[in-house]
Amino acid sequence: MLLIKITPDKCDYCGTCVGVCPEDAIELTDSTIDIDEDLCTNCSKCVWVCPIDVLIFDKNKLKDKE
Amino acid sequence: MKIDKEYDVVVVGAGPAGSIAAKFAAEKGVSVLVLEKDREIGTPVRCGEAVSHEGIAEFIVPDEKFISSHIDKFTLISPDGTEVTIPLEQKGYMLNRQLFDKAVAEDAMHAGAKFITNAYVHGLLFNDSIVSGVKVKYFGEEYEIKSKVVIAADGVESRVGRWAGLSTFVDFREMEGAYQIVAANVSVPTDTLIFYFGENVAPEGYLWVFPKGEGKANIGIGVSGEIGKTKSAYKYLNEFIDRKYPEASMLSAVSGGVPCTPSLEKIFAPGIILVGDAARQVNPLSGGGIASGMIGGSIGGGVAGEAVIENRPDKLSEYQERWEKRLGKRHRIFDKVKNGVYNFSDEQFNALAKSFSKVPFEKRTLGNLFKKALINQPSLLIEAAKIFVMD
Repeated sequence: MLLIKITPDKCDYCGTCVGVCPEDAIELTDSTIDIDEDLCTNCSKCVWVCPIDVLIFDKNKLKDKE
Repeated sequence: MKIDKEYDVVVVGAGPAGSIAAKFAAEKGVSVLVLEKDREIGTPVRCGEAVSHEGIAEFIVPDEKFISSHIDKFTLISPDGTEVTIPLEQKGYMLNRQLFDKAVAEDAMHAGAKFITNAYVHGLLFNDSIVSGVKVKYFGEEYEIKSKVVIAADGVESRVGRWAGLSTFVDFREMEGAYQIVAANVSVPTDTLIFYFGENVAPEGYLWVFPKGEGKANIGIGVSGEIGKTKSAYKYLNEFIDRKYPEASMLSAVSGGVPCTPSLEKIFAPGIILVGDAARQVNPLSGGGIASGMIGGSIGGGVAGEAVIENRPDKLSEYQERWEKRLGKRHRIFDKVKNGVYNFSDEQFNALAKSFSKVPFEKRTLGNLFKKALINQPSLLIEAAKIFVMD
């Protein structure tokens, strides 16, 4: 289950997250961002490097799962 | 605008590294197409915009039209506010990257390269596992363009190289997530680059205030993924601006990533080479990537052109050798020094600034500063010494 939440309205499409994703799971153009749920392992590296907090680890989703 | 189905060389990305690669390839007499995903070359500006004269003069005649201000010193501000100003041995410039990138691209156009914007490359073509072109979306239409060499200059994302099987991803601890604004209504000297250090302002790195003339400045910070776990670049910068420049207005605000790592183990594969940020050719100590990216681009573009002319696809391996000789080795040393310097505690920064401020102005050099900084780390001191003697 994808636990990384994106707020596209905040995104500046800079690509920093793409550069650290070990799975190449992030698809980014100059005006869209999307995470491939099948590839993403929720490792959160993208969350940590995002300069402007666009990507967050969604703890609530984890609770829902439990 | 019409795009042919085949070019000798296709460059992905029209930043300085991609454009210089295009220029050097075109000058060998081969056909070159450059595909830029953004709407406009030179924008958005994800960069501190400072370069040394030597850093650009090798590739383009410095021109007032793309220079925002002339730099001849820099000031380091330690956590307790001690300021040390150091004259620069090499003069430098604050660029207007929007105009600089266009000027570099236009040089490549004059050399014969064709540029297309709004062109998003989303895949590679292969012929027997050798890269043989790109898949591109241009104004909603899909195109397949064949080439003998693809030059990936797609910046921090560096996906094109990944598609060719190269490992381009950067360890999150070595990726700096950066946020910057161009601010108006700030009073700063127009000839000085200012760097702030310290746990509260810019842990494991620096915050920059670089003058753009007429009361404007490029103010930004890069924060590693490790620091970013608890606080983002955005938050650090906003706190600084609110405290230091409460009267400032914003002309622009952008985020970006700086791969502060030595360049990749392998920057070529059959039919493809990587240049600039995509090859991780950023100076890992300073985070600067304009000059080093253009050096990578020039070597790569030249080798790609020669490989086509001589019909020797194997020649692409020479690019890696020449890059290693010119900067690759040096960057690995910078990386070691980086790890020594940026782990300084606030007390160490304060002590260094106090002691260096006693050195007479004319004797303050970057070399002397590193000597003082690393006096208690002899092994790093030797590494740092190599930087200043080798060339």
